[in-house]
Amino acid sequence: MMKSLSKESHTSRRGFLLGASGTAAALVVGFRPGKASLAAGGDGLVHNPFVRITPDNVVTVIAKHFETGQGSATGLSTLVAEELDADWGQVVVEWAPADATVYNNLHWGAFQGTGGSSAIANSFMQYRKAGAAARDILVRAAAGAWKVPAVEIKAAKGRLIHEVSGRDASFGEMVPHAAGLQAVEEPTLKDPAKFGLIGKSIPRKDTLAKTTGEAVFALDVRVPGMVTAVLQRPPKFGGKVASFDASETMKVRGVVDVKSVERGVAVYAKNTWAAIKGREALQVVWDETGAELRGTDEIFADYEALAKQAGAVARQDGDAGTALAQASKKVAATFRFPYLAHAPMEPLNCVIRSDDRSAEVWTGSQFPTMEQGVTAAILGLKPEQVKIHTVYAGGSFGRRATPNADYVAEAAMVAKAIDGRSPVHLVWTREDDIRGGFYRPLNLHRVEAGIDEQGHPVGWHQRIVGQSILAGTPFEEFLIKDGIDATSVEGAQNLSYYMPNITVDLHSPKVGVPVLWWRSVGHTHTGYSTEVMIDMLAELAGEDPVEYRLKHMKDHPRHQGVLRLAAEKADWGSELPEGWARGVAVHESFNSYVAEIAEIAVEDGGAIRVKRIVCAVDCGLAINPDVVVAQMESGIVYGLGTAIRNAVTFDGGEVEQDNFPVYEPLRISEMPEIEVHIVASSEAPTGVGEPGTPPVAPAVANAVYAAKGERIFTLPFSESGVEFA
Amino acid sequence: MYELKINGETRSVDVDGDTPLLWVIRDELNLTGTKFGCGVAACGACTVHVNGEPTRSCQLPIEDAAGLEVTTIEGLDGPVAQAVQAAWQEIDVPQCGYCQSGQIMQAIGLLSENPKPSDADIDNSMAGNICRCGTYVRIRGAIHKAAGKLEI
Ligand code: FES
Ligand code: FES
Repeated sequence: MMKSLSKESHTSRRGFLLGASGTAAALVVGFRPGKASLAAGGDGLVHNPFVRITPDNVVTVIAKHFETGQGSATGLSTLVAEELDADWGQVVVEWAPADATVYNNLHWGAFQGTGGSSAIANSFMQYRKAGAAARDILVRAAAGAWKVPAVEIKAAKGRLIHEVSGRDASFGEMVPHAAGLQAVEEPTLKDPAKFGLIGKSIPRKDTLAKTTGEAVFALDVRVPGMVTAVLQRPPKFGGKVASFDASETMKVRGVVDVKSVERGVAVYAKNTWAAIKGREALQVVWDETGAELRGTDEIFADYEALAKQAGAVARQDGDAGTALAQASKKVAATFRFPYLAHAPMEPLNCVIRSDDRSAEVWTGSQFPTMEQGVTAAILGLKPEQVKIHTVYAGGSFGRRATPNADYVAEAAMVAKAIDGRSPVHLVWTREDDIRGGFYRPLNLHRVEAGIDEQGHPVGWHQRIVGQSILAGTPFEEFLIKDGIDATSVEGAQNLSYYMPNITVDLHSPKVGVPVLWWRSVGHTHTGYSTEVMIDMLAELAGEDPVEYRLKHMKDHPRHQGVLRLAAEKADWGSELPEGWARGVAVHESFNSYVAEIAEIAVEDGGAIRVKRIVCAVDCGLAINPDVVVAQMESGIVYGLGTAIRNAVTFDGGEVEQDNFPVYEPLRISEMPEIEVHIVASSEAPTGVGEPGTPPVAPAVANAVYAAKGERIFTLPFSESGVEFA
Repeated sequence: MYELKINGETRSVDVDGDTPLLWVIRDELNLTGTKFGCGVAACGACTVHVNGEPTRSCQLPIEDAAGLEVTTIEGLDGPVAQAVQAAWQEIDVPQCGYCQSGQIMQAIGLLSENPKPSDADIDNSMAGNICRCGTYVRIRGAIHKAAGKLEI
């Protein structure tokens, strides 16, 4: 039902295409970005179209957010279909072109992109209003055609009905009658009590194509005359090509060219295998003058030295130093978090066709306007000369959201190096992906916390050492304030436990390893350190971990709500079989609240088996509960597999991992049962793509402590000698 | 020139003998439902049926494929395939969807051999198929559901 490669889209046209001549007559409705009003000027034009209804009775929702599995295409369509009273079966989805004046993320200003679990949150009113305005026009069109008062007409399941006269018609039939009608400024939205689609687990729009092999990912895009290229990148970050010898490469059958580009040496071939083989035969001499040469141990040692000095202050309430000196009991720990690769299932790749006046890019585009701009700059074109075709993305977890358009930029360089002679498909292998950088930054946290005689937390000092994700990117000016990269301290700075004396400070050392947001960003490490520390405080106080948390997060009712729900559903405190234990964690990220309770068993030989994760989530109104459940499952699997054994490590500046056998995701045979419970809520919807991830690692770590008395401060768990079965 | 029988048709391709079946399927025959995930037999994204058996196409050089019958997701047919795909659709298994061709091909292989697999059987058969989106709960559920459909 989803058109993954949109044909020449109507969405680039302005306005209501009402009663336009020919077969393309369609009803296009939308809103200007950032304003909840229709932009119906004197010319009757409307910009920013989000929905198109055609005489063939198809309702096409134009999705401004890409689909990488998180369900945004289904969610955005639901919002439109709900207010439009469309039949779910008549709705198809198509991706918006790159145009930030129309399709920007309303949380991000003039920038089109998906991330931060914001797709539904920022679109909730915008897409509902688009649907409501279209419905209103259809109702008036029917009123005109039937010469009856509009108030007597009802819309339901894709039909317009006039009960008094017994007339009814499909939406499509009424499209021609909508000619000349103007959209209202403020369409009336439904009373949420009357929602028929929102809040129901209706089927996803992308499932059919994804179970037949028909879904088109970038790797499946074929453009006539296309060659495939792979790039030999420097083995150490910051290395540059000094010279290369392609004589053996050129002997490989199918190889057509070899070129040096800014990022490495590109091998072009008639097919992927020839390109890969050609690259293996390539001899490159690298200039490593500017390269990062440290190994992981050296980086950690440097971070440890930094952790002894005060950093830039992200939060200071009261006097943590004095409070800790006077605390009745205290604990301190140093947490170590490795670099992590995102490793989306579809290796990164991008197709590009270019000539002197235009270019087309096909990719699972997460930042369309960024990719458009960067491609244009590299090719010497204007942004509007570059057309971005968004296709299904085979996973991202943050990897495709690069502020420098990373792999799309590379594809443009590779295309430019052969002067656009043929369209190029730049393909990454899994080795390229895992060794390719843009990792979750390595972090070191030094945390000290104390309690008074009654067990109340009295002081907390958390010092974080980790590279800034945002420094040097276009996002720097919005998200780095007073030397504090918000994404380095989120989740720690806003600790949800009441703490009269707290200091959070930060060092952001420069390391030559490119870093990036990784599913839940800063929360990937702050969620861990804070939830392990609070567990230690509960123990110090001699109190139950759930009770202790509830007691000390009094001003955080939504945290408490999910924690209570998870505890109740997991039957916290009840007897477990011999060798089993429970652990808990609760964390808010992206305005969604998630508590997880892990049940583990220590098997013969001491290995740990995670048996069950009980999850409770409060994401406001759940647009599609089944998609929310799926995202919690997904975030849990992603976070659990990583915590158990994943790390990208360096030796002398070179990445030591290359493929799944040594960067192994969780497998089905290791799966715990997962139970997800959603807090009933009428609050505005918030994101679900990321918030399921942060609590799982600390919940499991706290369970390991309960079972074995060992605290885990170094991740992955395998580095701390804790093995999983 | 190598000849192979794929989805019931005999096709010939002009590639080097060491070319993995995966790249022949994707690049030469333009059947893109079969995916590339790792190239080293570690993920299962490239799973096709060779003489009915789920096989990692990234590991089979075309020179060894002579005389074998290959089925890709595009060529699926029969009650087991229908039951599996229907079960996958009913419980909305896919997220990004990229691993799902391989998962489905592997699951069909399992159910063809073992129409009523236990959880342990599912673990054994499906552990080679990675899903980075973590759809494992639903894959397990869909296999049980498909088994139920085949019973009737
Ligand atoms: S691509 Fe063949 S197993 Fe991964
Ligand atoms: S659905 Fe995305 S990898 Fe499985």
